[in-house]
Amino acid sequence: MKLITAIVKPYRLDEVKTALQEMGINGLTVSEASGYGRQRGHTEVYRGAEYQVDLVPKVRIEVVVDDADCDAVIDAIVKAAQTGKIGDGKVWALPVETVVRVRTGERGPDAL
Amino acid sequence: MSLAAAQAAARIDTGDTAWLLAATALVLLMTPGLALFYGGMVRTKSVLNMLMMSFVSIALVTVVWLAAGYSLAFGDDIGAGLLGGLKHAGMAGLGPDSVQGTVPTLLFATFQLTFAIITAALVSGAVADRVKFGAWLVFVPVWALLVYVPVAHWVWGPGGWILDHLGALDFAGGLPVEITSGASGLALCLVLGPRLGFKKDAMRPHNLPMVMLGAGLLWFGWFGFNAGSALGANGLAAAVFLNTLAAGCTGLLGWLFVEQKRDGHPTTLGAASGAVAGLVAITPSCGSVSLLGALVVGLAAGVVCSYAVGWKFKLNYDDSLDVVGVHLVGGVIGTLLIGVFAEKAMTGGTQGLLYGGGLAQLGKQLVAVVAVAAYAFVVTYGIGKVIDRAMGFRASEEQEHTGLDLTVHAETAYDHGVLGHGAPVSSSVVPSAQKVKSQA
Repeated sequence: MKLITAIVKPYRLDEVKTALQEMGINGLTVSEASGYGRQRGHTEVYRGAEYQVDLVPKVRIEVVVDDADCDAVIDAIVKAAQTGKIGDGKVWALPVETVVRVRTGERGPDAL
Repeated sequence: MSLAAAQAAARIDTGDTAWLLAATALVLLMTPGLALFYGGMVRTKSVLNMLMMSFVSIALVTVVWLAAGYSLAFGDDIGAGLLGGLKHAGMAGLGPDSVQGTVPTLLFATFQLTFAIITAALVSGAVADRVKFGAWLVFVPVWALLVYVPVAHWVWGPGGWILDHLGALDFAGGLPVEITSGASGLALCLVLGPRLGFKKDAMRPHNLPMVMLGAGLLWFGWFGFNAGSALGANGLAAAVFLNTLAAGCTGLLGWLFVEQKRDGHPTTLGAASGAVAGLVAITPSCGSVSLLGALVVGLAAGVVCSYAVGWKFKLNYDDSLDVVGVHLVGGVIGTLLIGVFAEKAMTGGTQGLLYGGGLAQLGKQLVAVVAVAAYAFVVTYGIGKVIDRAMGFRASEEQEHTGLDLTVHAETAYDHGVLGHGAPVSSSVVPSAQKVKSQA
């Protein structure tokens, strides 16, 4: 199993959710995140005084999938989140040792 | 009814009185409006303290005004147009039958009181986020008596030297309110020194909708401030009302124009600040300039003040919410431009440079501006230093860093949860009665 983490622009969240639902992914976790990459931050101006805001708001989407689905899910997320502009985000995957469904106690891929 | 009372009642104009009652309430609303205007501009950790500095000014100034302030400002002159006497201390000798012009004296005194209140509250913007609250409670009444009251007498008091002897004009308070608060704010921010992190940390205004709401309330109240200063429900009040609207509008447009050209974006803070700058500048001039004059006064203030708010970064004084950049600079612009745009139809005689009056009036306006700014700066600096020596004027570094809301008032404005600015995370409520229960 793999844990896929995607950091994307907040306004692409709905597209990503829809894309994952369409390919039968039944659960995901979303949290608010902030950070920067090559985009760095942005500048705000208050009464002429410029403030450099380093951290930009993003959303973090986490989903655990079967090894076989991993590449397809990553592709779907990238396709849905992509705008082609700087600041689109990153997606990465890590191996997951075990998963337990709390309600039933099922373990492994059955718990997904 | 005694004969005297009957005569007094006959002199009171009910229309004038009704308008001034309403105008007084309008001006009083400006101080809570200012609290929101300022409160939105500070960071989340000290917004309540900012609101409190304005709110307590209402209470403190009212008490000293009734005790002695009104009499010293508007009592009969004791000599040279510098101060009134103490004949009406504690409002002695004034009752429902007392008449000032065509309105009850008690109403006139209350109307003037609301001006003193907001002027004190205005000063707080220069020292946001770092004042020891107890010191502010001492500063406000002392400052009101030693700075606001004398200047109000010079300008509006019977026999005051600026209006009655020098012949400078100030309709609604460019000198006693705007220039006095601005110069005092500059003095006080120099006494206290800059906020921790000034010029290093991003001190972003935490709630711009609140700033806009405050600016809206200020604008609304400003009609009472300026048009109420006609002290009657008449044509002059109407002309002043229109001038007030016009200057606020061109101030707003002027500031936004500069921002678009200079920074690339027109901002809400710029719109709110520009309107206020225009209103500040029209305050002294609303009763003497033509409508064209009002449009130019507002525009000049909007453009110049949008640059003036940047001076503090170059000259290194932390006038946190730009009392100098908006009120001092805007007040000076408006007071001086009377010398250019004063129109006979409004003043009843005096004419400015543009209408063939020559440079004479401009010279008088300049003398008044310099005298008031210098007096307010010097005396406020002195008061600030004495309070600083006696009890300390500045909050501790730890309080300032944590935020005055939590450390001074034991409150926080917003529930930010665990990621907030240090709001206590409590899972149970302990009523204070339980906490102090004796162990015996």
